[in-house]
Amino acid sequence: MSTIDWAAHLPVIWAGIAVVAVVMYVLLDGFDLGIGILFPYAGNDDDRDVMMNTVAPIWDGNETWLVLGGGGMLAAFPVAYATILPGTYLPLLVMLIALIFRGVAFEFRFKARTSRHVWDRSFHYGSLFATFAQGLVLGSFIQGFEVENRTFVGGPFDWLTPFTVLCGVALVAGYALLGCTWLIWRTEGHLREWCAQLCRPLLLAVMIFVGIVSLWTPFLDNDIAMRWFTMPNLLYLSPVPVVTFLVALGLWRTGTRRHDVVPFLLAMSLFLLSFLGLGISLWPNVVPPDISIWEAAAPPASQGFMLAGMVFLVPLVICYTVFCYYVFRGKVRPGEGYHH
Amino acid sequence: MELDPIFLSRVQFAFTISFHVLFPAFTVGLAAWIVVLEGLWWGTGRDVYGQLSRFWTKIFAVSFGMGVVSGIVMSFQFGTNWSVMSQQTGNVVGPLIAYEVVTAFFLEATFLGVMLFGQNRVPRGLHFFSSLMVAIGTLISTFWILSANSWLQTPGGFERGPDGVFAVVDWWQVIFTPSFPYRLAHMVTGAFLTTAFVVAAVSAWHLLKRRTVPHAQIGLSMSLGLICVLAPLQIFIGDLHGLNTLEHQPTKVAAMEGHWERQRGASLILFGLPDMEAETTHYEIAIPKLSALILTHSLDGETPGLLDVAPEDRPYAPVVFWTFRIMVGLGLVMLAIAVWSLYLRARGRLFDSPVFLRTLVACLPIGFIAILAGWFTTEIGRQPYMVYGLLRTADAATPSLSGWSVLVSLLAFIVAYGVIFPSGVYYMVRLVQGGPDTGEIRPPGLAEGRPQHQKRPLSVPEESLEPAE
Repeated sequence: MSTIDWAAHLPVIWAGIAVVAVVMYVLLDGFDLGIGILFPYAGNDDDRDVMMNTVAPIWDGNETWLVLGGGGMLAAFPVAYATILPGTYLPLLVMLIALIFRGVAFEFRFKARTSRHVWDRSFHYGSLFATFAQGLVLGSFIQGFEVENRTFVGGPFDWLTPFTVLCGVALVAGYALLGCTWLIWRTEGHLREWCAQLCRPLLLAVMIFVGIVSLWTPFLDNDIAMRWFTMPNLLYLSPVPVVTFLVALGLWRTGTRRHDVVPFLLAMSLFLLSFLGLGISLWPNVVPPDISIWEAAAPPASQGFMLAGMVFLVPLVICYTVFCYYVFRGKVRPGEGYHH
Repeated sequence: MELDPIFLSRVQFAFTISFHVLFPAFTVGLAAWIVVLEGLWWGTGRDVYGQLSRFWTKIFAVSFGMGVVSGIVMSFQFGTNWSVMSQQTGNVVGPLIAYEVVTAFFLEATFLGVMLFGQNRVPRGLHFFSSLMVAIGTLISTFWILSANSWLQTPGGFERGPDGVFAVVDWWQVIFTPSFPYRLAHMVTGAFLTTAFVVAAVSAWHLLKRRTVPHAQIGLSMSLGLICVLAPLQIFIGDLHGLNTLEHQPTKVAAMEGHWERQRGASLILFGLPDMEAETTHYEIAIPKLSALILTHSLDGETPGLLDVAPEDRPYAPVVFWTFRIMVGLGLVMLAIAVWSLYLRARGRLFDSPVFLRTLVACLPIGFIAILAGWFTTEIGRQPYMVYGLLRTADAATPSLSGWSVLVSLLAFIVAYGVIFPSGVYYMVRLVQGGPDTGEIRPPGLAEGRPQHQKRPLSVPEESLEPAE
């Protein structure tokens, strides 16, 4: 009987789990952050109430995927956790402060009257800054960190480059698109009309940004360029941009019509494809440009101990998350506050 | 100006965790209290329980919201400010936190949505179940986080490589370290006491105002009943925890006691000013032999002293000494209130002694202060170590960190929490002032088919708490 080489396999499994956690976070918290980004531009206060009520019961669960991303990385790839977080200290600070203001707005806004506009702003700017900061962190991750001897040795502003700023803006547009298509699904009347009109301009912006980021990324690192632009990789990988283009085309056509859930699914697909492209560029590094998942991995005793639980617990989490979404299904109408 | 990133990181961690711990301390007990009310409502069908449950659920929601957002901050600070600690202990502490997320956080966050917003969408039994899941989630969360904290205090089940990285040999020993059972029992009991005193204070205040009297009587009677059980129990658990600390962290006990010399038959110092420079405790007022009796259960047992270890290995005793006395003192006040309530209850005057009711109102924050004081005692008491005896706090910080970055983040947290906390307290006070809504409770909606829509929404405008202009 051959023994399984856990030290080689576990990091790959954990990289997969980490990707699932990040994707879940981006897709789920992405649309509720997007609602915050679009929030002040809605027609009136009733619309804003409806927008908030579409996510009030579920946003907390969505945000928990972020904590799983952080906790999971500490557990499975401590070296990555201990280098990426110091490397993005200030953007993470902005994200945390923004998430604080945004999170409490859900509770405080409905309890306030004279100061409600304060919590409206807190929700909007909290969502906006949290998203932009996440884009900065993502950009820093792609461009890589200065690491020596498993320790971040760069400066406090290494994260600030034109590329990372572009990523920040791109993510704002991306989350806004997710939020917009979510609202197309979950609302009706003139709020839905407004979102349907917003869908195409947002999609256009997202595609432009995704295009620029995609073209720019190979220039950041020679290895990434080699991976995409040598034969036969070019042939194998060409479906990624092609499918992306087709999905965008689909969203362009369905976003303004009488489709409910289709635009949201297509917008999520756009995100998934972008992730796929990112994964192809960076694999197998967990701290670009040099530290691989095997070098950063916790020992099999730790990764295995966690995996044993995750195999049962993550599907369970997904089950009751689905249940919660099911309880709060259907269009949300003005004045229908599910508020407690 | 030279800014010390390690000192500032310590201040930042102390500030953010002190703020954060207040909310779990309250919501752990409150979630259980709401489950009891939901269960009584479901079982008896008496609306008074449902109304009380809704009232406390609103307060729970505000408190939980602040707990969640301040908790996210905690999970990132290990990486941003204490990256060496993260790298060296990540193999051990990381899985505990990851298990906390998947067993507790998701459970709480997901069922909280149903608990807060599902009243009219799910049957009563399912709503009870959701509240139960939230309450169980808070307890599971306490289990894991105290397991992680206890491992840092009394590490076990590991071996350490030449690069300083801790690797796990035995998970059982990692999760159930020697101090863990005591720490967990002490914390959970403290959390329930904290909630009980808040419920008692709010009920007492409503009784004094003659407002929703039946509700207030239920709240007062039940919370005081709990206090009568838990206050003495907590003192007993605290004593066991102290003995455990004496065994595993003797220097911490020396700092708590203000003792410098290792001695037999040590006296209990009631008042004193420990002086780290002079290596003595000034102005002692002490009861002979009592410390030895408490710590060793013998009049001439041996107790440790701060001089047992080198000066650089000693925690800062003046703070530990005094926070410990605050915690113990408040524990005794809790016990006194328990006894007082038993006396009044026996005479059938529990609800109509104004002096007692006012005292209860004044005691509203007693649990919070006791928990903070206890937290300071145990956390400052383990200094200068992050992992007790093995990894110094000064060696655990992020090497690349600039003092300015930490100063900026510390100030940002102070400003943010300075806005959020008073606002949250303000909204909670307004909710308390409003009291339970005694209107008829609408029948729960249908679980099947399309969600039921209310004719008169219970949302927004009527719920506003601020005076209209």
